Amino acid sequence: MKNLIIVEHDNHQLHADTLKVVSAATQTSQDNTLLVMGSQCDAVAQQASQIDGISQVICIDDPAFVHQFSESLAPTIANIAKEYQGVWCCSSSKGKDLAPRVAAKCGVGQISDIVQVIDENTFIRPVYAGNAFAKVTSHDDIRVVTVRASAFEVVECNNQVDIIHQQVTPHTHSVELISMDKTESARPELTAAEVVISGGRGVGSKENFALIEQLADKLGAAIGASRAAVDAGFVANDLQVGQTGKIVAPKLYIAVGISGAIQHLAGMKESKVIVAINKDPDSPIFEVADYGLVGDLFEILPQLIEQL
Amino acid sequence: MKIVVPIKRVIDPYIKVRVKADHSGVETNNVKMTINPFCEIAVEEAVRLKEQGIADEIIVVSAGEKQCQEQLRTALALGADRAIHIDTHNNIEPLIVAKLLAAIVEQEKASLVITGKQSIDTDNNQVAQMLAALLDWPQATFASNISINQQQMEVVREVDGGLMTVTMTLPAVVSTDLRLNEPRFASLPNIMKAKRKSLDTITADSLGVEVTYSQTITEVTPPQARKSGVKVESVSELVDKLRNEAKVIV
Repeated sequence: MKNLIIVEHDNHQLHADTLKVVSAATQTSQDNTLLVMGSQCDAVAQQASQIDGISQVICIDDPAFVHQFSESLAPTIANIAKEYQGVWCCSSSKGKDLAPRVAAKCGVGQISDIVQVIDENTFIRPVYAGNAFAKVTSHDDIRVVTVRASAFEVVECNNQVDIIHQQVTPHTHSVELISMDKTESARPELTAAEVVISGGRGVGSKENFALIEQLADKLGAAIGASRAAVDAGFVANDLQVGQTGKIVAPKLYIAVGISGAIQHLAGMKESKVIVAINKDPDSPIFEVADYGLVGDLFEILPQLIEQL
Repeated sequence: MKIVVPIKRVIDPYIKVRVKADHSGVETNNVKMTINPFCEIAVEEAVRLKEQGIADEIIVVSAGEKQCQEQLRTALALGADRAIHIDTHNNIEPLIVAKLLAAIVEQEKASLVITGKQSIDTDNNQVAQMLAALLDWPQATFASNISINQQQMEVVREVDGGLMTVTMTLPAVVSTDLRLNEPRFASLPNIMKAKRKSLDTITADSLGVEVTYSQTITEVTPPQARKSGVKVESVSELVDKLRNEAKVIV
């Protein structure tokens, strides 16, 4: 089986989740090609060429690919994919946007958000927001897969393979970028962080989230939130952890003032250690917590910040 | 302008799903079913575009067994004008759904399709992108705001790390994120009115689409239960456990 792995990047830096996609793909084959598409993205191709487990990097550098819109990438990828049996993307917002478009252009199905590789045709993926897991076998000639990064380990970068530069005629489309409003933060990215501190409705206000921030600073953690906290306007919506938000699996997840709706649990219950701090001892969050502390978060958090 | 809105009948998201004992799937007998929440947001957005005078007609479409007509009636009560039921098995694959929708879009000469970003049962998140690919239309996935001016559509998309604003020329496909709008409730008079709106049942054959399957689900299992944890009495006990037992902090 020959795999084509789509590199996630911003034209400057390779996204670390690509290392996890490679880890998943290498479980099916030794023949793995990385594809970098972008504009002025040579640095990314260089980084890609050092990833273990791959045999070559294809780099297609064209001004038309600067924003990496799926409308322009998918036809090119579908064309290249004819030589491959596997096409692999991150299950990120970019990957989710791209992979189905590639699959349809190839005339095949797509398998979303895999968390385990059984063999080259068979994968495990969550359904019903992680309340069940389906074992899916594909009978397509090309398997187009998105990988849930948090379910795989990163591969090392001690390699040095050839970079093949290719040119294509980019597919034209009418999509134009108006703006990209990035949520600026000095903290680690939510889905990649080793420690995540999340606040819920119990935190009470936008101002009170400062306590969550102080705790996060102490632990070098990323900040998350429940849907209730996002809907109440305490934090930006891209911090939402849950079925419809981000799926995280850090080493340590601390849920503060979060009751533990099914929606939220679906986004964090794969975390290695879960701590719950909540004043209601009957909150469902305590059912998934390794360590639960019942009490007033406004008394507990200052003590915790002090003792860490 | 005509808008096509595909909808799916799913298990109510507020019900805890149960995996069948033989691991062949999840229990759907005697379980409350509803319109997929993301599809409901899509219907609402289409109705708002009609209220703004941008859309002339909203056609809701669902592919599945006869029961999905209930959800089509719900969408008609929310303000859609007419409904098409494509009579197929339930659980046909996303690529086939996209092919069926592409045929309908061409037949109806629609210039906008608004879909939910994913159904909360299979969680695939594929149909909008596949449909856009088949039609070679632009796609605006994970939309949290839409504004249309003549043939130009501006969409705010919820992407990793922030919000991306793009424009594109219609025709196009949009998939809705959770914060695009808050769907209204259907009023009783509108529920009554919906009963008289047109609902046609057609077959996949009549659209020239062959229903095939390229994937097999061989097993569905419940998630591994987490072993039950402990309640600690104090912050110092918690810190001690995290440091010395779980070893997740230094």
